[in-house]
Amino acid sequence: MPSVHFTPNLRRHLRVESTEVEGHTVSDALSRVFRDNPDLRSYVLDDQGRLRTHVVIYVDGRAVRDRKGLGDAVGEGAEIHVMQALSGG
Amino acid sequence: MLLHLGTRKGYLALRRFGRGDWRCERSAFIGDPVSQLLPDPRDGRLYAALNLGHFGVKLRVSEDRGASFTELPAPAYAKQEASSEEAPSVDLLWCLEPAGPDPGSLWCGTIPGGLFRSDDGGRSWGLNEALWNQPSRERWFGGGYPHPGIHSVLVAPDGDRVVAGISCGGVWISEDGGGSWRVRTEGMFAEYMPPGLREDPAIQDPHRLAWCDGDRRRIWCQHHNGFFRSDDGGETWTSLEVPPSSFGFAVAAHPGDPQVAWSVPLVKDECRVPVDRRMVVARTRDGGANWESVGRGLPEGDSFAVVYRHGLDVHPGEAVLAMATTTGALWISEDLGDSWDLVTAELAPVYCVRFDRS
Repeated sequence: MPSVHFTPNLRRHLRVESTEVEGHTVSDALSRVFRDNPDLRSYVLDDQGRLRTHVVIYVDGRAVRDRKGLGDAVGEGAEIHVMQALSGG
Repeated sequence: MLLHLGTRKGYLALRRFGRGDWRCERSAFIGDPVSQLLPDPRDGRLYAALNLGHFGVKLRVSEDRGASFTELPAPAYAKQEASSEEAPSVDLLWCLEPAGPDPGSLWCGTIPGGLFRSDDGGRSWGLNEALWNQPSRERWFGGGYPHPGIHSVLVAPDGDRVVAGISCGGVWISEDGGGSWRVRTEGMFAEYMPPGLREDPAIQDPHRLAWCDGDRRRIWCQHHNGFFRSDDGGETWTSLEVPPSSFGFAVAAHPGDPQVAWSVPLVKDECRVPVDRRMVVARTRDGGANWESVGRGLPEGDSFAVVYRHGLDVHPGEAVLAMATTTGALWISEDLGDSWDLVTAELAPVYCVRFDRS
């Protein structure tokens, strides 16, 4: 299963831990994470479900391309990292 | 007397122990921008709006006067079926006000221009569609931010009369608690706009609205183009010349005397520093016919201090003024602005100051 990891800076605001979830896209995987941790959603996605401007997600070391729909594919055993973008200052 | 501060780097509460002697009693969210605070006089709750930058806007509430906070859902736009780049998402929680006598009823003005209401103490929020769906909203635009925003919401004690200020979108009045709205900017103008648009209500840029609690017909407006006064509850406006400059962001109204108001002038309008780099407060005591520069104790030169639109407040009972700057200084006046005591010059840039009214 893909594993999802989060910037430790999120822990200043809420409980968040690395986890393994089912999913074939980034959207699938995050939806499962948010099901268990609903408060986390608004920290990562904006009101419309788009990736926040200053958040970046890497899948196996590559930044996702679909920031609006998070449709980037994730393989079995993919490593998904949700990070702060340095553009946020 | 207790004063709440929202700064670029967190929340502080300072208590008065004597003239010029204010001490930090509480702090929270250290490192995080606090864009707005509402110490709610109706039930003692303290609401704090955060702008976490990377992680978006957040809303927290304290039931124990700031000792601890819990997270509330922040106002948010409904997800559109076909999400596009243009579909709105809240960028900033810019003002928070009681929406009427019922504890838990709240207005929240935001960027990009949505006015949200809660009737359950912030546990749920709804967009005020009556204002959002105004046809003229397509002509609103951002002032200092990419998108327009609602920074001032004046609410009569019964909650029915509401006056909202939008940068840049004019002054809007509701007589039915937000059920319907009309824009009222007659007398306002914007010389920096193209011919034909300078008096367009939908492009007016009120920087901040303040009314006199003792006579709510009297509303003061610090506007991007200058300074305006209304004598009829916001229906019409009169332009005033405020020396040394009619430009600025903050305005405060005396709680009981409709003839008295304060602004903090800056060089108009791209420069935005104190005139001659000497920080002063402009005060009128005759309804705006005459203004005097007051501020004994304030820096006499080399000042780059700007007071943001929520950076000036007046205590409703004592007529004590609090003023805080982008340069991290907090000033208090206990004589209607004649003289000012520096409480601290070591804060982060200050977004809002609010006296506790409970």
